[in-house]
Parts: sequence; C-alpha cells; structure tokens
Amino acid sequence: MKELLKEKLAKQFTTVQFEFIEQYDELTVKLDKSVLLNVCAFLKDEEGLEFNLCEDVTAIDWATRKNRFTVVYHIFSMENKFRLCLKVDVDESECSVESVSSIWKAANWAEREAYDMYGIIFLNHPDLRRMYMPEDFEYHPLRKEFPLMGIPGTLPLPKK
Amino acid sequence: MQKLTKDSVHPKIVQALLGADSHITIDDALENEMILNMGPQHPATHGVLRLLLRLDGETVIACVPELGYLHRGYEKMAENMSYLEFIPHTDRLDYISPPANNVAYALAVEKLAGITAPPRAQYIRMLLAELARMCSHLVAIGALAMDVGALTVFLWGLREREKILDFFDVICGARFTTSYTRIGGVASDVTSDTMKNIIAFIDQFEEKFDEMERLLNGNRIFVERLEGVGVISKEDAIDIGFTGPNLRASGVEFDLRRATPYLFYNEMDFKIPTYTEGDCLARYFVRADELRESAKIVRQIIDKIPNGEVMLNSPKKVLPRKTEIYTKMEELIHDFMIVNFGINPPVGEVYSAVENPKGELGFYIVSKGEGHPWKMKIRSPSFANIQAIPHLVKGQMISDVVAIVGSIDPIMGEADK
Repeated sequence: MKELLKEKLAKQFTTVQFEFIEQYDELTVKLDKSVLLNVCAFLKDEEGLEFNLCEDVTAIDWATRKNRFTVVYHIFSMENKFRLCLKVDVDESECSVESVSSIWKAANWAEREAYDMYGIIFLNHPDLRRMYMPEDFEYHPLRKEFPLMGIPGTLPLPKK
Repeated sequence: MQKLTKDSVHPKIVQALLGADSHITIDDALENEMILNMGPQHPATHGVLRLLLRLDGETVIACVPELGYLHRGYEKMAENMSYLEFIPHTDRLDYISPPANNVAYALAVEKLAGITAPPRAQYIRMLLAELARMCSHLVAIGALAMDVGALTVFLWGLREREKILDFFDVICGARFTTSYTRIGGVASDVTSDTMKNIIAFIDQFEEKFDEMERLLNGNRIFVERLEGVGVISKEDAIDIGFTGPNLRASGVEFDLRRATPYLFYNEMDFKIPTYTEGDCLARYFVRADELRESAKIVRQIIDKIPNGEVMLNSPKKVLPRKTEIYTKMEELIHDFMIVNFGINPPVGEVYSAVENPKGELGFYIVSKGEGHPWKMKIRSPSFANIQAIPHLVKGQMISDVVAIVGSIDPIMGEADK
C-alpha cells in the first residue's frame, strides 16, 4: 500500500515535492500548503486509494521553529484499512491554510477546534467559529506561550 | 428549554443558525419561527450539550450545537505532566467506560516508547475493555429508552451495570475512575475467583438482557418513536466522521478491532453487527447486538487467558513492583527516575486508535524525547458524532431531537475534553 501510494502521488503530481516519513509502521507525507487541496481531493477520489474517513485535523506548535505550526491531518482508507498522516507547515506571519472541509465534512469541527486552540485560520471554511472557548476570548490556549493556569480576568462571568 | 432573544445569543451563532443566505434577523425570525435554547442543563442532552434550535412550529429548520461547557483543557494539561500522571485523566474522558480509555492511552504510549505489555496484561486489558463496552451500551440503551419514555429499561440496565462496576471495584480498586492500566502492563492481576464470578455474571446476563430486549422490541411506542427518525445514509455517515455503533447502523461494516487489530482481537471470534437503515432504531439494535458479542468475547478471553506477568520487565520504562522498591536499590532508583522525570520515549510521533464503545478513540502524541509529551491530541468519538446532530435533526419534530441525541449517545466528557 505504501509503495502504491507513493507511486500514485508521484505520477499524478509530477512537479510537486513530497517528503515521505515512515515511523512506527505509519506513513507520513509532508507537503506544501499550496497543493494541499488538490492532493486531498486526489487521495479521496482516486480508485485504489479512497481515503474516505477524515479522522482528525490538528496542529502542532513548535514554539521556536521558523515555520511555527504544523497542521496534521489523519485520514483513513476503509477500503485498504490504511491510515495516512498529512503534514503541512504554516508560518506564524500568515498563519492560514486552505480548509479541507469541502472534501471531508468531518474536518469542519476539527478545523474549528484547531482554529480555537492555535489561531490558525482555515481559508474558505464555511463556519469558522471557536469550538470550546467563548467567542470573545482573545487568546489561543494551546499555543506554547499561553500559561497553564490561564490568564486571570480573561474569562468574564456571564452577565446577570 | 427557553425562548431566546437577540441579546442572549452571540451574533456569530445567530448567523450560523440562520444560514449565510438568510437575510432575516433574529427578531424577524420570531414572527413565524422561534429560536429555542436546549441545554446545557437539559436532562436529555446527556451532560452539558447545548443545542440552539431554529423552529418553524414544531419542525426543526436548523440546529447549532455549542460545546465547551465541560472543557477542562486536557490537551494543555497533558503537555505539562508526565505520561504516567495523565492516566487518571483518561478516566474522565468517556466517564461511562473509563477502562477502555485507559487501555487506549496505554497502547498509544507503549507504541511510542516501543514496548509491548505481556500477553496476560493484554488479555486483561481486553477483558476490561469489553466489560466497559457492555457498561457503556447498557447506559446508552437505558438512557435512550428513558428519553423516549420507557423508564424501566434504564433501571434494569443500571442494575446490570452495577454488577460490572462491582467487578471493576474488585479488579481496579475503584468503580468509576479506574486508572487501571500502567505503561507496560496493568496495575494488578485478576484472580481466578473474579474470573469465575465474571463468567457467572455473563451466564445470567444474557437471560436478563433478553428480558430487557423483550420490553423494548415489543413496545410499540418505543419502536415507532425511533423508526425512520434521524436517518443518515452510508456515504454521509462516513463523510461526517461517524465511527463506532453509529456508523455500523448506517450499513458500514467497520470496526477497528477488525480493521487494524490491536491487543489479541484477531484471535477472538466475534461478529460485527451491521444494520442498513441508519435510523435511531438501527443504532439501538447495533448496540444491543454488540452487547451480546461483547459477552461472547468476555467468555473467550477468560477461556484463553494465559498465565504470567502483568507488568513488563523493562526498568527504564516501566514502574517496578512496590515490594522491590522497598528492598532493592536499583528498583528504588528506577522508580524515582520514572516518577520524577518520566519515561522519556524516543523523539517521534504516533497516532494510535482503538475501538471504544462510542467509536474511534485516538491519541496523537508528539514526543521530543522528554518526560512529558510535546503535544497530545485526543481524537474523541463523541466529538465527531455530535457533529452529525444538525444534519440528523433537520426537518424532524422537536420531540425527535431528544431521541436522536439519545441514539447518538454522546458523552460530553470526551467531546469537550
């Protein structure tokens, strides 16, 4: 399956550089965010691959690295019983990536959560609101600079 | 439930509720339509789920779920504590079936650290996970029946669940917050007496569950309130991220225990109950059948369980036994290092998913080689399942919302993390 996947990706996207990482028996594909949507649509629709279940969308905050965030997608192919991890680097200065919720509806809330927790903007997302925190909360809690105890006074009590 | 006015709802939620193409404001909408607040304190929302419903008469036009009333920031907390310290927190994710979460977490960390628990420990984990599945489904069926007006099944279900909780008490030392697994094994062994008792429980359980089923399947009110309500097609169910019993009720034969076998599930003989209707009744049937399958698996586990250690012997990664800590220097040092500095798994990242009672529970852990994870993401099944509620309730009556939420069986502890 891994070989087939690499072959198909290389065949379809001749000009794009993919980086394949294999660890713990899992395959991770690193790609540039400009081709993300095309690759995702291809992975979902291509016969023989059919990654139809989007399990999770999340992000990693590397704190000091140049590309500060990495957005991570876990997709699963029920046909092949194979899980794939996609990774896209996002820099803090632009901090945005195309939304894949048009491809997998399941990504909708997962992206909202990533936006809430890390402040990454998902472009063309149908309903990009905060998932857990109140709408007028100013911070993004899972960023590394946010203190564990929270910032006193940032969560106002509801008005009587 | 309360009728809402403009000031009490955040503008962005109103927009989501009214839809992007709608030009009416909330006050206009009140002319013929009403926006109703259901929860977070509503008993039928199974915890603190808040649903905002836009109604035309009694028909639901749109629904916006609001989460976060139980958000405790476990992912942030996980980044600030060692791998062992996080085990008690996994109890509080899906609080109806804590051992299953413990198992899921232990498997993820073990995969990351590159160790495997001894066979007996793995069998015990399977045993606990299946008992937890029975627990969870009994509550799910009981609560669903209660939501649509049949209280007896809830009481009968809880009576059976109480017996399972007693086993948890004997095995783990706690009824609810079990914290039973350790990295590299389980906290304590299960005695043969307990196993005999579990077999005795399973023997009488099948009979008791037949009684419960007769009470529901022959109940016209129960069946008619669920049949054809909240239908979701196979394609939509996959697309929206359904996993677990909810997905199988829509005709997808998908179970992680089969698809990506973990523990010793590939040696177990069990069926994956699948229904094609995709309505609330099918979701109930799947859970009922899964209860029987779980009972079957429990029998096989107790039949096949090997003798041996329940903790791995790997001093750098696994806590030593208490008796040895107090008598031997080496063990004392290892215990001190593991407790204070953690198990330091190698640099890397891992996604490990298991089939929990509610669906796929996944842990994504990024390690920088330190004692605490750099990042931990919990992929909770209820979170993805609740996402489908707006889709399911559209066009249904308001009384069906309760049945639909009950049949999805969300647990806010894991949806809100």
